[in-house]
Amino acid sequence: MSEKPKLHYFNGRGRMESIRWLLAAAGVEFEEEFLESREQYEMLLQDGALLFQQVPMVEIDGMKMVQTRAILSYIAGKYNLYEKDLKERAWIDMYVEGVRDLMDLIRVHHKLSPQEQQKNLALIGEKAATRYFPVYEKILKDHKDDFLVGNQLTWADVQLIEAILTVEEKVPTILSEFPLLQAFKARVSSIATIKKFLQPGSQRKLPTDEKAVAFTNRIFNRR
Amino acid sequence: MGVCAYNPKKSFLLELGKTLQICISFLSQHRLCGVTGSSHVISCYPAEMRQKNQELRSMSEKPRLIYFNGRGRMESVRWLLAAARVEFEEIFLDTREQYVKLIKDGSLMFQQVPLVEIDGMKMVQTRAILSYIAGKYNLYGKDLKERAFIDMYVEGITDLMHMILMFPFSPPEAKEKNLALITERATHRYFPVFEKALKQHGQDFLVGNQVSWADIQLMEVILAVEEKTPAVLSAFPQLQAFKTRMSNMPAIKKFLQPGSPRKPPPDDHYVSTVLKVLAEE
Repeated sequence: MSEKPKLHYFNGRGRMESIRWLLAAAGVEFEEEFLESREQYEMLLQDGALLFQQVPMVEIDGMKMVQTRAILSYIAGKYNLYEKDLKERAWIDMYVEGVRDLMDLIRVHHKLSPQEQQKNLALIGEKAATRYFPVYEKILKDHKDDFLVGNQLTWADVQLIEAILTVEEKVPTILSEFPLLQAFKARVSSIATIKKFLQPGSQRKLPTDEKAVAFTNRIFNRR
Repeated sequence: MGVCAYNPKKSFLLELGKTLQICISFLSQHRLCGVTGSSHVISCYPAEMRQKNQELRSMSEKPRLIYFNGRGRMESVRWLLAAARVEFEEIFLDTREQYVKLIKDGSLMFQQVPLVEIDGMKMVQTRAILSYIAGKYNLYGKDLKERAFIDMYVEGITDLMHMILMFPFSPPEAKEKNLALITERATHRYFPVFEKALKQHGQDFLVGNQVSWADIQLMEVILAVEEKTPAVLSAFPQLQAFKTRMSNMPAIKKFLQPGSPRKPPPDDHYVSTVLKVLAEE
């Protein structure tokens, strides 16, 4: 019935990756149009397709949605990865926001100079191990359910597994003190839709590298 | 909206009776404005929602806000609660000891404020808090698509608010540049979007023809930018009219008066308190 959502972004992770994760976890097929030149970006601007002149932009259900959180919230609501109850939504929102703060540290990593990267790496490891992951470990320990909220897969779980895998790429031993998160990771990775997304050939993107950063800068005319 | 203008000089009961008859029958069909039962206030919700909100307000304990005595990230929460006419208490963080104690007590999920104690939860993360309040007090649209537009508008406004929020913490040599950027973004990226939205549908509010979180957030940011660039709305007639309309809504009018929980613009004392409490370098 609905057309497939269409994602407009660079051919890389950035801010769009969480959206790819969520759509994939929900089992929703999507198309992608990659920004490969400044002209393409300017065309989108001139067409009035970018509400605040920015990407990500996702064409979905007749809307040209922008703002990552708004997009994620809509997808979660539409595909039952959000709770109906207001209080359960509140917990999902809190958990998601925490994870996103951690993901922000990683997202900017490759924009930094090599010196700053070393410092940032230490910060990522420290924040993950002392501020964020203990919270989720405790949640899983306290209620003993398989998922963070409401005993079913929600946006919070998808955001968390994305964060775990992304931090592990930088700090491989990060889960060593978190047995429940290890179990969570194994469990959630084996959910059919997520397992598929984790396999080669899926729309999951590779870690961002310096080449990708230079490319993005060129399109946005950043120095 | 002129049909239901309330004259505060007349007696409450007389005016309420008349206004109720006229307004509810005509306007409620169109889901526009109406009059609440217990106070002579024009609010722009459907009648059923106003009743529900009234019940919600009387049942819940007052929310409690824990933050510095200043705007920062908590100001949007104050705006939203005030607009929903929810009374709240505040505890101000003045010392590092207070903050350390909150962490030790396990009150701060990610060791950060804002913290809002509401409905038995210790809520953190500004967006989560605002989203909950908006949902609870019917400031979040009526369906998923209206939510989507409210979310997009709020997120855009939040990006602009973030620049203003960080401004007092920027080094002196960067302040002029940052101020220019705030004005540039407001006039070229954000305000045109809302000017256009209001012009296109010709309604009083941004989404769904009723007041929402997006309108409150827009009002807040307009005033905040105007404090820095007083003539910023000169090219935006729709936003000027919007600002006037919103200022006249009783709850917001009250919030804009001296003595309300609204906080003044950040000053050096605020900046030094934040840095001291958080022991940031």
